[in-house]
Amino acid sequence: MCGIVGLYLKNPELRSGLGTLFSPMLAQMRDRGPDSAGIAVYRDAAASDAKVVVYHPETPYGWDAVAGELADRLGCPVTAEPVANHAILTGGSSATALRDAVFASCPGVRVMSAGTSLEIYKDVGLPAEVLDRFRVSAMSGSHAIGHTRMATESAVSTEGAHPFNTGEDLCLVHNGSLSNHNGLREWLSTHKGIPFQTDNDSEVAAAYLTWRMSEGATLSEALEAALSDLDGFYTFAIGTRDGFAVLRDPVACKPAVMAETDDWVAMASEFRALAALPGIEAATVWEPKPATVYSWGRA
Amino acid sequence: METIDLKTASTRELNARLQGEGAGSNAAFEVLHPDGRHALACGLTAPIAVSIKGHVGYYCAGMNENATVTVHGNAGVGVAENMMSGLVRVKGDASQSAGATGHGGLLVVEGSASARCGISMKGIDIVVKGSVGHNSAFMAQSGHLVVCGDAEDGLGDSIYEAVIYVAGKTGKLGADCVEQEMTSQDRATLTELLARAGIEADPASFRRYGSARTLYNFTIDNVGAY
Repeated sequence: MCGIVGLYLKNPELRSGLGTLFSPMLAQMRDRGPDSAGIAVYRDAAASDAKVVVYHPETPYGWDAVAGELADRLGCPVTAEPVANHAILTGGSSATALRDAVFASCPGVRVMSAGTSLEIYKDVGLPAEVLDRFRVSAMSGSHAIGHTRMATESAVSTEGAHPFNTGEDLCLVHNGSLSNHNGLREWLSTHKGIPFQTDNDSEVAAAYLTWRMSEGATLSEALEAALSDLDGFYTFAIGTRDGFAVLRDPVACKPAVMAETDDWVAMASEFRALAALPGIEAATVWEPKPATVYSWGRA
Repeated sequence: METIDLKTASTRELNARLQGEGAGSNAAFEVLHPDGRHALACGLTAPIAVSIKGHVGYYCAGMNENATVTVHGNAGVGVAENMMSGLVRVKGDASQSAGATGHGGLLVVEGSASARCGISMKGIDIVVKGSVGHNSAFMAQSGHLVVCGDAEDGLGDSIYEAVIYVAGKTGKLGADCVEQEMTSQDRATLTELLARAGIEADPASFRRYGSARTLYNFTIDNVGAY
């Protein structure tokens, strides 16, 4: 069992309060996933600077030395801004180039996210602790996706926590389990050159969408294709730089509920995660249908 | 009417208060701010009336006996699961497994119900004004499932002796579930169920589905397989 939540703000005036609206949603999902928690925040779709969020278990860690090493490798300035046991690295010609430089020169450092808008923070512990650790309630942005994990497929670790990011600004959270992830991971890794950081089944789903979208599919088209190619149980919430989508498998044994007003659209594993949102009393509330792609923004 | 506000009272306090009513009580309760909490108004035994103002979480009105529980909103997974008697009414939509394993009483969903509505029902009557999701009435043993809208694939899969009435379209029927003749007795039963549910629909517009009885009887032709 896991808990997933997502909040996409349709009204730009609410963006300064994204973290305040989002944090109670994730905290409510503690009972569904007390092992670890993760948050993906989309700061600004118009931003263009390459940004990679990284993690190292040592706190404090020598992030300035890491930035220096990356600057030497890339031949351009790289800055590091520590955030608890994570750091935001900025610099380089693209987020993928910066990410690949981290892979190449910092073997002990894990990449949480790469993109221009997306920042992912995740760690072991109860969701309220993780939210506090990264000061999520103070964060602004256009949309956010979160996950509370009760581990089934791989170890309880920061690396195994969701969300998973495999391509620039794409992230996915998953409640369920995939049964064909090993074969698909092998295929995506060998034939499509997509790097994997964990043995987690959900990372494969994120990588699958990254591959489909790299071939020109929209997020919605990639999710339609996933219905044929992914085997197992899943409720997914997926974010892109300027889009948000939800998909449940055809059997739909993993729960999901959605709510929408003129100002926002939200999804969660259970309604109680949505109960504190402003205007929820008058919101349209519904259960997403199996095998049906729901999307907002440019998805 | 006594009001219990879940902004201040816990689920445990609410249920203890409701379960504490004596066998003859017909007291009325109003429950405010349910906010999707699970297991509200469960295990009631007295013929009390409970009106919940908002959306509820999982297993609302589970194991209900005699009580009338009304949810003025949507219900999460397993509303009225294992109900024994009484009436549970959901004014909005119900999530999966509504009325699961119910032994008796009436569950009314004024919106739609999602997958596995009436799974393994054992005597409960369920009336859904809207549509139901896939695998509804899966392994349903007795009772009635009335669907005024449509039913998705897998309706009545592995059904025993429960009876299904559907007014709208059905997807692919589940294993051993077949359309059957709608008799005058069926029309009388359906008319009575709709009246009890307070839902207006023309009984003549419904079709009946039930078990072909090819799955659960021992067949001598299959003896070699055992």
